[in-house]
Amino acid sequence: MRAGVIVFPGSNCDRDAYYALRDVLGYAVDYLWHDEARDLGDYGLVVVPGGFSYGDYLRPGAIARFARVMDSLRAYAERGGLVLGVCNGFQILCEAGLLPGALTRNIGLKFRCMPVYIRVENAATPFTRRYRQGEVLRIPIAHGDGRYVCDEATLQQLRANGQIIFRYCSPTGALDAAHNPNGSVDHIAGVANAQFNVLGMMPHPERACELLLGSEDGRRLLEVG
Amino acid sequence: MPKARIYITLKPSLLDAQGRVLENALRQLGFESVQGVRVGKYLEVDLQPDGDPYAQVEAMCQKLLANPVIEQYRYEVSDS
Repeated sequence: MRAGVIVFPGSNCDRDAYYALRDVLGYAVDYLWHDEARDLGDYGLVVVPGGFSYGDYLRPGAIARFARVMDSLRAYAERGGLVLGVCNGFQILCEAGLLPGALTRNIGLKFRCMPVYIRVENAATPFTRRYRQGEVLRIPIAHGDGRYVCDEATLQQLRANGQIIFRYCSPTGALDAAHNPNGSVDHIAGVANAQFNVLGMMPHPERACELLLGSEDGRRLLEVG
Repeated sequence: MPKARIYITLKPSLLDAQGRVLENALRQLGFESVQGVRVGKYLEVDLQPDGDPYAQVEAMCQKLLANPVIEQYRYEVSDS
C-alpha cells in the first residue's frame, strides 16, 4: 500500500497524515508537492490535508484548487482512486467541485478546537466499511470555517444517495444543536461524492490513530489498503 | 485605465454569521434602526484598456473570485 499526502504552502496537517499513514499504519508514503503534476496511479490513497493553504486568502481552498497537482488529483479521482480531504482538504475538494456544497464561517464565529463525536451514517464506503453503521467516533476538530452548506436540492440528493457519511452527534449518537460545533446543515461532518471514492470531512482522523493521543477511532478510516 | 469594483456577498438564503453579530452589536450601541447586516468582500481590479472589461470581470468572478455555491456578486467598471 502506497499513500500520497499533498503539500500546499500553508498545509499544516501534512506531517500528521504522513505520520499516521507511515508510522502507525506502516504504509509507504510520499509527499506530493502542490506545484507538480504527475500520474498518481500508483497510490492506493491520496490525502488532501488540513491547514491554511495559501493563507486561506479569498476563501479557504479557493487558490489551492488551481494548483497543478489538483489536475492530477482530478484525473486520479475520475479513475476511481481514493481521495480523503480533511479540514482544509475538505474545503479544497468542495472548491474544486470534486465534492458538492461549501464550507462557511462557523456559526458562532469561533475557531473550534476540541474533540467531537461523529456518527457513521454510511458504513458501506471504502473509507467506512471497517465501522458499524451508526457507530459513534470521538475525533478532534480544529477549524474556523466548517459550517457545511448546500442548496436544498443537493441536500435531498445527498440524503437519498447516502452521501452523508458522518454527522456530528452527542456521545450517545443523538443529533442535537448542542453537539453541532459549527452550525452545519443537517449536522453534516463529512460527505462523499456519488461514486464514494472521494470523502471530505472536517474532523481529523489522522489525529485520532493512537490511544496515546486520546482516541484511535480515526485509524480504521485510513486502513484502506 | 479601466478599474473594476467587485462586490461579493453570501447569498441571501445563507445565514451570515458575521453580519448577525454586527447587527446585534450595532443595536446594543443604540443604532436601533438596524434591520440587518451582510458582510462581504470588495475588490478593485485594474485592467488594460483593450478588450471587453465586463466579459473579463464576469469570467474572473465565475472562475475564482466568487464561489457560486454560496456567494453572489456584482461589479461596475469605470475609468480611473
